[in-house]
Amino acid sequence: MPLVGGLDVGSRSIELVLHDGDRVVDQRKTATTFDPLRQARALLAGVRLDRLVATGYGRGLVENAGLCAAVETITEIKAYGLGAAALCPEARTVLDVGGQDTKAIALAAGGKILKFEMNDRCAAGTGKFLEHLATVFQIPLAEFGAYALEGKEQLTINSMCTVFAETEAVSLMARGRDPHDIALGLHASIVKRTTAMLARVGLASPVLFAGGVANNPCVVRLLAAALGTPLCIPEQPEMVGAHGAAVHGCRTGV
Amino acid sequence: MTTNAHQAMWEQLNLDIPAHDGLLAVLGKFYGDIYLSQSGRLKGMEYLDFVLSEVHGLRIKELQDAKASGRKIVGTFCVFVPEELTLAADAVHVGLCSGAEAGFAEAEQLVPRNTCALIKSFIGFKLARLCPFTESCDLVIGETTCDGKKKAYEAFAEHVPLEVLEVPQRKTAADRLLWKSEVLRYKQLLEELTGNQITAEKLQAAIQTVNAKRRALQRLNALRQADPAPISGRDALLINQVAFYDDPIRFTASINALCDQIGERVGKKEGVAPAGTPRLLLSGCPMAVPNWKLPYIVESSGAVIVGEESCIGSRNTRDLVSEEAATLDEMIDALVDRYLKIDCACFTPNQERQDNVRAMVKDLQADGVIHYSLLFCQPYEYEAIKIEKTLSQDGTPMLSIATDYSMEDVEQLKTRVEAFVEMIK
Repeated sequence: MPLVGGLDVGSRSIELVLHDGDRVVDQRKTATTFDPLRQARALLAGVRLDRLVATGYGRGLVENAGLCAAVETITEIKAYGLGAAALCPEARTVLDVGGQDTKAIALAAGGKILKFEMNDRCAAGTGKFLEHLATVFQIPLAEFGAYALEGKEQLTINSMCTVFAETEAVSLMARGRDPHDIALGLHASIVKRTTAMLARVGLASPVLFAGGVANNPCVVRLLAAALGTPLCIPEQPEMVGAHGAAVHGCRTGV
Repeated sequence: MTTNAHQAMWEQLNLDIPAHDGLLAVLGKFYGDIYLSQSGRLKGMEYLDFVLSEVHGLRIKELQDAKASGRKIVGTFCVFVPEELTLAADAVHVGLCSGAEAGFAEAEQLVPRNTCALIKSFIGFKLARLCPFTESCDLVIGETTCDGKKKAYEAFAEHVPLEVLEVPQRKTAADRLLWKSEVLRYKQLLEELTGNQITAEKLQAAIQTVNAKRRALQRLNALRQADPAPISGRDALLINQVAFYDDPIRFTASINALCDQIGERVGKKEGVAPAGTPRLLLSGCPMAVPNWKLPYIVESSGAVIVGEESCIGSRNTRDLVSEEAATLDEMIDALVDRYLKIDCACFTPNQERQDNVRAMVKDLQADGVIHYSLLFCQPYEYEAIKIEKTLSQDGTPMLSIATDYSMEDVEQLKTRVEAFVEMIK
C-alpha cells in the first residue's frame, strides 16, 4: 500500500500525518523554528514516502526541497476543509486558530469549500496572541486556559492588537484587578474576534474547531457559549491541516 | 528603463536624480520579473514594453517638445476629466504617477496616515520630486470623486497649478446640470490656458480620436472572451495603464495591430494558459503603474485574469461619446451624457455598477470575481459587500481583497488567492 504524507508547515509548528489510503498510520509534530526545512527533514527522517502533500505557510519552501519524489502543495484552506470532512463529516463550518492566523471556512458535504475568511496581515487574536500574553502572566502556555477559567468576572479587553491588549492588561493589573479575571477577558477577546469572522462565512452547524488554540479549554468553553452550539474538536486539533493534506494525496493517487 | 540618456532633461525638471534613478531601477527589476518572464507573449506587446521602458524618458521628451512648440500639458488622476476637450484645445492629456509607494513619509505631512495609497502616492511623487509628468504639467485637474481626494487636492494645490472639477454624487437632472456647468468650466479653463478656442470642428475630431482609442480597447476586451485566454491579464492591464500616458493616435494604431494578432491567436485556439484554466474578473479600484501586485499573484496561482472592471479598465472604455452631434452645444451635451454614465463607486445609488459587473462575468465567461479595494477606500470597500451579494444570486464566487502598494502582505494574499482558485476549480 502506498504511503502518503501530509505536511503542514505552520508559523509555530510543523505537523506530519502519514496515511496509507485506509487510515492514519502515524502523526508527528515539531516546532517550526527559524529553519523549517531542517525541521521538516527531521520529522520525515526514516519515512519512505510515495507522495508528499505540503500545506501551510511554508508549503512553497517544501515544494522544491527534494523531500520526496512526488510533492504537491495545497493551501491550508483546502487542507483544513478536507481534514475536517475526514474527521467530522457532518461539519459545515471550520474554525482554525493557529499560530499566526485564523480562518473560518464554510463547507459543503465532502469538504468542498463554499466560502472562507482569513485574518489579514496582523496576528491579533491568534495563538501568537495567547503565547505572548501567557509570557506576560509568566504562566506556561499550556496552563493559560485553565488559569483563565479560574476568573470570576470577565473583564473587558477592547484591543485586538497584541501590543495594545498587553497595555490594557497591565493597566488593569495596576488597578489591582484579579489577574485571573484579566486572563479571562483576554480569552474572551479572541472569542469575540473569531465569532465575528465565523458570522461572515454564515456559521452553519456543526462547527469543527481546529488548530493549536482548540487545545485551550477557556477559549473552547467561551466559544461554545458564544455560538450556542457544541463544537466538534478532534483529538489532536492541530493535526487537521496535515490530515487534510494527506487525504488529498490519497485521493489524487501516487 | 533608461537611466542616463535623459539625465539632463530630468535635471531640468528638477527631479531628485538619485531617488529617481533608484525608482527606475526598482521598476525595471519589477517589470522584468512580472512581465518579461511571461511565456507565449504576443509580438505586439513589444510596443508596450518599449513605451513603458521609456515612460519617464522618450514620452517626457515628447512632452517637452510639445511644450517647446507652444502646447500645454494637462495632468489628471481620474477618468472623469474629458480628454476630448483637452485634445480639442490642442493640449496634451496625461495621467499622473500614483501607483507606487514613493514619498509616503513626505505625503503623510499633508494627508492623514489612514489615507489610501493612491492619494499618498500622487502627493508623494510630487513632494519627493519623482514624477516627470507632474513636473511637466501646466495644469493639473483634480475632481471630487471621494473625500480623500477632495481634501488632498486642497493640500496639493499649494504645490502644483490645480483646478478641481466637481463630480456630482447622484445622476438626477440637477446633477446633470451641475456636471454640465463643470464641463463648460473645464472648456473655458482650457481655452484660457492654451489661447486656443475649442470649435465644433476641433471637438468633433477629438471625440473621434478618443472614441477610436476606446474602441480599440473595447475590441481587446471582446477578444478576451475566448477560452483559452489569448492574452494575460497583466498584459491587458498594462495596455489599459499605458492608455493614460501615450499619444492617443499612436496608441490606438498599436492596440489595433495587437488585436489583429490576438484575433489570429483566437482563431487558432491558442492562448497564454490552457483552455479550462480558471478565469477571473478583477473588479474594483484602479491599478496605476506599477501596481501589478495582485494580478501577478492571481496569475501565479493557476488562474488567468480575463477582465478589469476598474477605471484602468472597462470603466474608462465601456461608453463612447455619441458622434451624431453637429453643433458645439450638442457635442458638449454628448460629452456630459457619456461621462455621467461612469459607474464610479462615488455615486449613490450605483446600481449600474452591479449590472455591469454581472454582465462582464457573463460575457467574459468568468468563473469568479476578485474584488480589489485599496485600504481606506470607503466607496469601493462598501460596494465590495454589495457586489458579493449581487454575484451570489448568480452563484458567482467572489473573493474580496483590501490591500495597498506595500509587499508585506504578499504571502497572505497568495494563500487567499490560491485557496479561491482551488475553490472554483
